[in-house]
Amino acid sequence: MQTVQVISIIIALALFSAIIDLIRRGLLKERYSVLWLASIFAIMALSVWKGLLDRIAQMVGVAYPPSLLFLVAFLFVLVILLHFSVVISIFTERNKILTQEVSLLKARLEEREKKGEGRSEGK
Amino acid sequence: MEETTHKILVIIPAYNEEETIGGVIEDVKKEMPGADIVVVNDGSTDATPLIVREFAREKGVTLVSHPYNMGIGATMQTGFRYAGRKGYEIAVQVDADGQHPAIEIKKLVGPILRKEADAVVGSRFLGFGEYRPSWPRGVAIWIFSTVVSKIAGKTFTDPTSGFRAFAGDVIRFFSRLYPDDYPEVEALVLLHKKGFAIMEVPVRMAGRKGGRSSITGTRGAYYMVKVLLAIFVDLLKKIDTTEENP
Repeated sequence: MQTVQVISIIIALALFSAIIDLIRRGLLKERYSVLWLASIFAIMALSVWKGLLDRIAQMVGVAYPPSLLFLVAFLFVLVILLHFSVVISIFTERNKILTQEVSLLKARLEEREKKGEGRSEGK
Repeated sequence: MEETTHKILVIIPAYNEEETIGGVIEDVKKEMPGADIVVVNDGSTDATPLIVREFAREKGVTLVSHPYNMGIGATMQTGFRYAGRKGYEIAVQVDADGQHPAIEIKKLVGPILRKEADAVVGSRFLGFGEYRPSWPRGVAIWIFSTVVSKIAGKTFTDPTSGFRAFAGDVIRFFSRLYPDDYPEVEALVLLHKKGFAIMEVPVRMAGRKGGRSSITGTRGAYYMVKVLLAIFVDLLKKIDTTEENP
């Protein structure tokens, strides 16, 4: 086995155990781990199974097959980053809604407190 | 913590169920007149909250609305937080689509009142009724059933059933920790990990009377993978549920 394969497998395994531990400790939610785990699975598959790596490298026109590992990893990272942009967009919208709700609740509360004072003063 | 004369709270999570929510509330009120109802509206865009608000004029029915849709997990957890704060001793989950007949609720609550279990799950597969799930769903249920039964050391025939009742300690537990996505199966594993007594009882369920199911086709496979992953990690999890504001 080539050195780069071994390095690749070690990194993938280290990342995998880090992710499982983060989920275990409640620091990473399962839904945000799916893409990471898919990436690790793909990298592992290509690192362990040299035949597959060589075949795909040939199909795609990559002369040095281990370069494909970098390409695949990079593509996965791009997808993960894009996913994050989407998640941030969703959070931005939700944050806006929550802020609006809080503002309206505060106003409602102040109205009620005003009314409360008015009533007791009027007595 | 507010005192309440009623011990039982029926939690109805609702997302766009305008066709059936009225009937479900009436059914519950008829069969469980002593129980309170809280409908947790998860950002419905149809007439669901308007319909529930009419019922909420009377005592015993409350509407809690999320400002946006968060999914069944967060919705049920809101119900649990409500139940916990108001001091309810038993919480019952009843779906808003009409599949859970209120007359069966007594079967879920009974074992808890008799202190036989902390959580009771109504199963469609224990002999009552002739429910035969569609093929893909049946396979999923079978896989989850096998996995959960293996983990818990006892047979669970219907781990995806949302028709359940819980005791006070479980309510407080779920208030602080409840799975977000497709929670039914994972919740059982968490309960087992925490040492709660779980029981299954046979119930009869009705077919979906209106609206659409949220788990169909290819999403189903993705759902299964996510739940199995979550369960696998839950087995490794440390469950620490201390929190300042439950």
